[in-house]
Amino acid sequence: MLTVQGVHLWRGDRHVLRGLSFEGQPGKCVLLTGKNGAGKTTLIRAIAGLLDPEEGQVFWRGAPARARRDEFHTELAYLGHEPPLKGDLSARENLRYSIGIRRSVTTAEIDAALTRTGANAFADRATRMLSAGQKRRVALAGVLLANAVLWLLDEPTTNLDADGQQLVRDLIGEQLAREGIVVAAVHHSLALPAEQLVALELGQS
Amino acid sequence: MATWTWFHRLASPPHVYAFARRWTPWFGGFAALAMCAALYGGLVLAPEDYQQKDAFRMVYVHAPTAWLSLMIYTTMAVAAAVGLIWRMKVAHAAAAACAPVGAWFTVAALGTGMLWGKPMWGAYWVWDPRLTAELVLLFLYFGYMGLRAGIEDPAKADKASAVLAVVGVINVPIIKFSVEWWNSLHQTATVMQMGKPKMDFDMLWPLLLMFLAFALYFVAVLLIRLRAELLRRERNASWVREVLA
Amino acid sequence: MKTRVLKTTALAAARLVAVRDLRLAFRKPSQVIQPLMFFMIVATLFPLTLTPEMSRLRDAAPGVLWIGALLSSLLALEFLFRDDAVDGTLEQFALSGQSLTWMLFAKTCTHWMLTGLPLALSAPIAAAALGVSMGAMAGVVASLALGSFAMSLVGAIGAGLTLGARRGGVLLSLLTLPLAVPILIFGARATQLAINGGDIAPPMYLLGAIAVLGVTLAPLAAAAAVRIGLE
Repeated sequence: MLTVQGVHLWRGDRHVLRGLSFEGQPGKCVLLTGKNGAGKTTLIRAIAGLLDPEEGQVFWRGAPARARRDEFHTELAYLGHEPPLKGDLSARENLRYSIGIRRSVTTAEIDAALTRTGANAFADRATRMLSAGQKRRVALAGVLLANAVLWLLDEPTTNLDADGQQLVRDLIGEQLAREGIVVAAVHHSLALPAEQLVALELGQS
Repeated sequence: MATWTWFHRLASPPHVYAFARRWTPWFGGFAALAMCAALYGGLVLAPEDYQQKDAFRMVYVHAPTAWLSLMIYTTMAVAAAVGLIWRMKVAHAAAAACAPVGAWFTVAALGTGMLWGKPMWGAYWVWDPRLTAELVLLFLYFGYMGLRAGIEDPAKADKASAVLAVVGVINVPIIKFSVEWWNSLHQTATVMQMGKPKMDFDMLWPLLLMFLAFALYFVAVLLIRLRAELLRRERNASWVREVLA
Repeated sequence: MKTRVLKTTALAAARLVAVRDLRLAFRKPSQVIQPLMFFMIVATLFPLTLTPEMSRLRDAAPGVLWIGALLSSLLALEFLFRDDAVDGTLEQFALSGQSLTWMLFAKTCTHWMLTGLPLALSAPIAAAALGVSMGAMAGVVASLALGSFAMSLVGAIGAGLTLGARRGGVLLSLLTLPLAVPILIFGARATQLAINGGDIAPPMYLLGAIAVLGVTLAPLAAAAAVRIGLE
């Protein structure tokens, strides 16, 4: 469903992505590994459509993702390095707005998602008062609520304790069980069943 | 098919570089010829203006530089738009090369305008609408160059300044209209319209020739700057190494 | 994957963004109050540089009010997109599948309601200090309100373009000021006519025309600029 074909991308002078091609199939998690600066974040942002490859294309459901960008985005949930939260709003309010602009969402759904990611206890505090790990749990609830087929996760386990990392594994597992696709950039390997994994190491010429 | 080849060549840096290298001397040469002829025609051959006497001869430098400052901004915006829509690196390089040239033409227009103003109005600056609009145009150029300089990533700088150039070019007629409207509200009795005095053909042909001369000069300078831009942008490419060898 | 979701319409999404911004502004009112204070201070500093004579000040009043409004709005434009860009929510807007143009238009309108509109409404205080008679106040407020709205629209383009730039604040001013010249000319003329008891309709119509042009084109340009800035 997701096809990346011959993608070249330069950041300034650096040839970061050199002719990358791979497929993302439903029920599989594409794991991007590589050193710092290898291009994991760049690739994820390129798939999301935030960056434009100089050469090559990203295809979604057989059509170029750029051509049907808005439709592609409705099926996509993106989580970057920093959890996208407004510090002055509570977790609940944040989710109500960030998901609300995509689709109608009920309070019950928000509560359920926050409970699933273990963020219910601090869901009504202003997010600037939360720790980095707590913020990430709220952001993960947002990913859940997006009801997206494709998850693009850039280092999803950052700042999470052991429980949190298990949570990420579980969430990814559940997404794959729903026939969703996950593309995740990680520093250390994610212990997922081998048949669900497609490993891609970046940074080798 | 032939048109597509032409379009592809236009987008390819080595081809454009070669084209620029070959044609710069021609443009420069013809520009120099035309300038000499126009200067002779304007300063020597053309008769005195009935009102302004010899002072009107300033028009031969002032008017072409003013027209060109505007024409270059438009060219810059078109090149930037082409670069944005069709994602052509060469177009972005051309837009970047245009900007300093256009800014200098604007400065020249302002300078010659002020020098003309002294004999005409007794003062170097009287907020004449055309000169005021030129001043705002200069600020538009500064904004464009400032934005380019302020963004680190070159590709981002290209695209952002392209948006600015397009927005600017849409704004230019509005700015001109508003400045002229403003000036007309406070019309003083003795405002002498800077610009064309009644011109018969003897006076007109050097002006048109001078415009052509400056336009050719602009193309020559643009081609030189474009070559430098292309070399800088593509410095890691193989064709550059071959060219410089 | 089977999901039955009710996709939010572009307008509903824009409205949600506006509500969010209003809520955020109420929780951090300093961002809104500071540009207003700046305007007041600038307007009161001018007489110190000119003269205490009311009649002379009245002549200078349109210029003082408008330059003060211009500088204040440039200051306020800093926070139109910056916070959202920094914490990643702007990126999420761009990835939401909704019309970024509409959402940015909503943000700009909300921003004007929080900055330009209060400025216009409090301008009578500054105007009175510059010798403007009470009867002229309606015209002063109207011209500043419409002009600051147009300013917000034009400024949104600059704000989007300077998202990724160093020294963004100064650059924003450099970019926006030339584009704001027509607004300044028509708006100041309207204020001047109001103060002198003339008919403010002609310049107001021209100002309105610019605002309409801004409404149609500025959010598009701002959305393009923001997407470029997010790269």
